[in-house]
Amino acid sequence: MIAELGLAALWLAAALAALQLVSGALGLTPKGAALAGIVRPVAVVQGLLALTAFICLIYVFAVTDLSVKLVAMNSHSMKPLVFKIAGAWGNHEGSMLLWVTVMGMAGGVVALIERRLPERTMLATLAGQAFVSIGFYAFLLIASNPFERLSPTPVEGNGLNPLLQDLGLAFHPPTLYLGYVGLSVAFSFAIGALVTREVGPAFARAMRPWVLAAWIFLTAGIAAGSYWAYYELGWGGWWFWDPVENASLMPWLAATALLHSVSVLAARNALRAWTIMLGVVAFSMSMVGTFLVRSGILTSVHAFAVDPERGSFILVLLAIYIGGALTLFALRAGTVTEGERFALVSREGALVFNNVMLSAILGIVLFGTLYPLVAEAMGAKVSVGPPYFNPMGALFVVPMLVVLAVGPLLRWRNDRFGRVGGRLVIPAMLVAAGAMALLVMGGVSLLPFLGLVLAVGLAWASLLPLRERKLRRTPLAVWGMVMAHFGVAVSLFGMSSESAFSIEKLVAVNAGDTTEVGPWLVRLDGVEPVAGPNWTALEAQLKVRYKDADPVMVRPQSRSFWTPPQQTSESALLTRWNGQLYAVLGGEGEDGRWQLRLWWKPFVTLIWIGGLLIAFGGVLALIGRVKSDLRRIIARDRTADRRESQGR
Amino acid sequence: MSEETPTTTRKGGGWAIWLPLALFAAFVALVLIGLLRPADRNVESTLIGKPVPEFQLPPALPARPGLDSRDLANGKPHLVNIFASWCLPCRVEAPQLAALAEAGVPIEGISVRDTTEALQRFLDEHGDPFQRIGADDDGKVQLSLGSSGVPETYVIDGKGVIRYQHIGEIRPEHVPLILDKLREASR
Repeated sequence: MIAELGLAALWLAAALAALQLVSGALGLTPKGAALAGIVRPVAVVQGLLALTAFICLIYVFAVTDLSVKLVAMNSHSMKPLVFKIAGAWGNHEGSMLLWVTVMGMAGGVVALIERRLPERTMLATLAGQAFVSIGFYAFLLIASNPFERLSPTPVEGNGLNPLLQDLGLAFHPPTLYLGYVGLSVAFSFAIGALVTREVGPAFARAMRPWVLAAWIFLTAGIAAGSYWAYYELGWGGWWFWDPVENASLMPWLAATALLHSVSVLAARNALRAWTIMLGVVAFSMSMVGTFLVRSGILTSVHAFAVDPERGSFILVLLAIYIGGALTLFALRAGTVTEGERFALVSREGALVFNNVMLSAILGIVLFGTLYPLVAEAMGAKVSVGPPYFNPMGALFVVPMLVVLAVGPLLRWRNDRFGRVGGRLVIPAMLVAAGAMALLVMGGVSLLPFLGLVLAVGLAWASLLPLRERKLRRTPLAVWGMVMAHFGVAVSLFGMSSESAFSIEKLVAVNAGDTTEVGPWLVRLDGVEPVAGPNWTALEAQLKVRYKDADPVMVRPQSRSFWTPPQQTSESALLTRWNGQLYAVLGGEGEDGRWQLRLWWKPFVTLIWIGGLLIAFGGVLALIGRVKSDLRRIIARDRTADRRESQGR
Repeated sequence: MSEETPTTTRKGGGWAIWLPLALFAAFVALVLIGLLRPADRNVESTLIGKPVPEFQLPPALPARPGLDSRDLANGKPHLVNIFASWCLPCRVEAPQLAALAEAGVPIEGISVRDTTEALQRFLDEHGDPFQRIGADDDGKVQLSLGSSGVPETYVIDGKGVIRYQHIGEIRPEHVPLILDKLREASR
C-alpha cells in the first residue's frame, strides 16, 4: 500500500512538472500571462510530492517490505536499521528517486523565496527546472520504477553490497547528490537568464547561494568519499583517479570556477556570458558524471551501479538538456550585452586566471576519463591513471595556487603588483626556507616537493586578507574565503606529505613477532574470530607502540559477509597529531604466518581536515551572503513602506 | 606594470560561442560509438578454469531430478542455465535453449526463487530443454557460482570445470559462440 502511494505521488509529481513547464512557458507569452500565477505554487507542490515518494521508499526499506522488488534485491531483514534506511538510496532506482526529490525540493524552495529577479526570468527558470525534472521523472517511471512489486514475495532479501554497508555510505552519496542537483538550480537560472537576456548583478546574487550550497555539498561529499575509499577499500590510497571519483571531481571543478565568476558578476557586473556558460557546464558535468557511472561504459571499482540500457536513457536526456542548453547559449550569448571592463592586474583578472586554470584542469580530467573510450573506439584497451593526471593537473594547479596567494589582495578593476608585493615577502621566504629544508633532506620527488613548499607559503598568504581589517567587522564572506583558501593549503600539505613521506611495509609474521614501521613498533598478539550482525571476521590483535608511548591495541579485520557472500578487509587506523598508522590484515600463509600490511602516513589526515575547512569556509560565506541578502530585502521593504506612507 | 590593458569578458558572436556545443557533440558521438559497438562485455569471471563449487539442490519439479554438482562431472560438457519464471529475459532466450537441446546439448537448470506452479507454467509455455532442475530457493548456489542475475549460463566441461560464463540472455547470435565453447570444453 505504501509502495503504491509512493508510486502515485511520483506520477502526480511528474504531471505537475509537465504543468509547471507548460504554464511557465506560456506565462512568458502575452496570451498566456494568466497562467503565470500558478507556476510558483505548482513548483512547491511538485517538490512536496517527490518528497512524499521518497519517504514512502524509505518506509518500505525500513520495514523490509520484500514484496517490493527493489527491497528484495538490495536489502535484508537482518541488516541493522540504519543500513536498511541507507539501502533506500544505495541502489540505482533509489538514488535516482533521491535525485528527483532534491531537484523538486530545490525548485520548490526557489519558487517560494526568490523574489529579486524579474518575474519573467523566474518563470523561465522554473519552466527550465521543470523541463529537466520531467526527463528524470520519465526515467524513473519508465525505466527504473523503484516501487515495482515482486511476485511471489521472496522470504529473504539479497542483501546489500557489503563494501557499502558502512556509515560512510549512509551520507556520502546523498551529500554528493545534493551537490549535483543543487547545480541544477544554477543551470535553470542560466536558462532563464538566456531566455529573457536579463544577466546582471541581481541575477548573480540570486544564483550565488545555490552555487555555494551545491559546492559545499560537493566538497564535503568528495572529502567523505575519499576518506571512505581510504579506510574501506584497504588499499591505503585516498584518490585513485577512478572514473567515478572523476565524475564527482568534474562538477566540483566547474562549480568552483562558477563560484568565483558569479562573484565577479555580482560585484562588478562583468563575465556575463562566461558565468552563464559555467552555469550550464557545471550541471552538465553532474549529468555527464552520472551517465558515465550508470552506463557502465567505463569500468571502475564502483561497478555496483552499472546498467547499459539505463545508460542509453540517460544519454538521451543528456543530449536533450545539455545539447539544448548549449544551443540556446550559442544563439543567445552573443546578444547578452558585454559586461564591465577591467585591467589585467586586478581582482577580476586574478579570478579570470583562476577560471581559466580550473577549466583547463576540468578539461584534463574529462579527457583522461574519456580517453579509454577514445582508445577503444580505435581498437585499443588502455586505462589512464596517476602518471597522466598528476603531472598534467599540476601543470595548471601550481600557477593557480600562486595566483590564489596574490588574487585576494588585489583591488577590483585595476591594481599594481607593487602595491601588494610587500605583504608577500614572508610567504615567499617561507617557500624558500621550506625548499631549502627539503633539499637538504633530499629524496622528495618534484610534485610532492612543490606541493609542500607551496602549501606552506599559501597557508600564510591565505590569511593576509584579514590583515588591516577589524576582525569583528570583517564580513563573514571574507572569513569564509580565507578559511577555504587556508583549507586548500592544509589539504595540499596533507596530500604532498602523504606522497612524500609514507612508509609502507608488507610482512608475514607469527603471533608474538614484532615489526617496525616508521616510528611505530607493531606486535601481533594473535588472530581471533569475531562475529557481527551479518558477518564473521578474523581479527588481528595488534599491540602497537609509538616511540616511547604506552602501547595501544588495534584490531584490523578480514570480514566475511554471508548475504551476499563477500570478503572485505576492515583496516584499522590509529591517528596521532602527526599522522596515521594504517593496518590491514591479509591472508594466512601456508606456514601459519599472517600477512600484515602496514603504513605510516605522516599528516595524511590533513587532506580531509583541509577538505572540511574548505567546505566550512563555504558555509560561512553562505551564511554571510544570505544574511546580507536578507538585510537588503528588509531594508528595501522598509523604504517601500516609508515611501508609501509619505505618499499618502 | 599596470598598463591599461582592458580585458574584455568573453564576448559572443564569433565561432567560440559554438565551441562548447561542438565539444559536447563530439562527446555524444564518442559515447554513442562506445555504446553501439558490440562492446567487450565479456567480464572474465574469476571462477573460469575452476571446478564448480559443491552444491546439492533439491528437485524443483516433483517429476524431475534435482541438481548435484557431481552430476556435472560425468565426462561430457554441460550447459547450466540459471533462470526463473519471473525473469523476462529468460523467456527471450527460451527458443535458443530449445534449439541447443534439440542439437543434443545436455542442459541443466537452476531455478532461482521460484514456485513449483509458476515454474511448471513457465516450462509449459516456453518449452522445457532441461534434463535436471535444481531449486535454488534462497539464491545461495547462484551466488556461489559467481552469478549476480538471471539469466546466466555456464559451460562446464566433463570434469566439472567452469569454462565459460554467459551473462544475460542467450540471443540467436550467441548460439554459435555457445556451441564453440562447448566444442572447446569437450576437447
